[in-house]
Amino acid sequence: MNKENFLNGLREKLSGLPQEDIEERIAFYNEMINDRMEDGLSEEEAIEAIGSVDSVVEQIMSEIPLSTLVKKKVTPKRKLKAWEILLLILGAPVWIPLVISVGAVMFSVYAVVWAVVICLYAADITSAAGLFVGLAGIVAYLRAGNPVGALFSAGMGMASVGLAILLFFACIWLTKAVINATGKLILGIKISFVGNKE
Amino acid sequence: MDIQLKRGLLDVCVLAAIKNEDSYGYQIIKEMKPYILLSESTLYTILKRLESANMLTVRSVEHDGRLRKYYHITDSGLKRIEEFKEDWKEIISIYDFITREDNNYE
Repeated sequence: MNKENFLNGLREKLSGLPQEDIEERIAFYNEMINDRMEDGLSEEEAIEAIGSVDSVVEQIMSEIPLSTLVKKKVTPKRKLKAWEILLLILGAPVWIPLVISVGAVMFSVYAVVWAVVICLYAADITSAAGLFVGLAGIVAYLRAGNPVGALFSAGMGMASVGLAILLFFACIWLTKAVINATGKLILGIKISFVGNKE
Repeated sequence: MDIQLKRGLLDVCVLAAIKNEDSYGYQIIKEMKPYILLSESTLYTILKRLESANMLTVRSVEHDGRLRKYYHITDSGLKRIEEFKEDWKEIISIYDFITREDNNYE
């Protein structure tokens, strides 16, 4: 990939940012590539050292807060005309509920994911509580004069606790995975926010 | 290294890299390379932040038929380095405290 392609690719993927911000970043990367070439690297190597367009965009996005991006995107680039404002107000009964419902649907999908995590924790606690059921079983069977039953109850109790321990690790793993996925999701939202041409 | 700790250190590292003489982006990255790995986008963010905090100023210099941006440290930038040194003394005394606890258990 040559410098022109790299910088044009970058410019395209950042097109949602304000124009002067894009040009300043492009100039910065341009200088970085030129300085590396002056240092003895070939054009190809200099670009490779900086990374792929996608990874650079990803780095840039992870350093800009989502709120800043939304603000930049939502702020109109020119003043709204009178009829546009009128249309926005008259259309409010239609578009406001639509926006709210889309938001609510996205939120509920996300909430369901966490509900699964919470269910797993609940199952884990239930399994751990099996210990007490097992203990109560031992007492009950011994009172009834049934040592085999008591042994069975003790075994079940221990199996239940064992399962709880295994489930606990699964819980931790799943929680971490969901948190991780959330971070990736936010990054993805940012990139699609900036990459879309209006 | 912990990300939060690294972020705090990086600002001061960049200031330290331009402390003695004005420097440019690639030179800063090269100088810091043996100590701390710094990507271009991170450096850009730090330089922007330091510039808006008036800790450095930027000027474009013609070099070999193209423009290169040089960064110059300001008085408040120098002050920031001094503050960091003071903070670090405190951290070292906390470090001593932490390792002393370790020795007691041995």
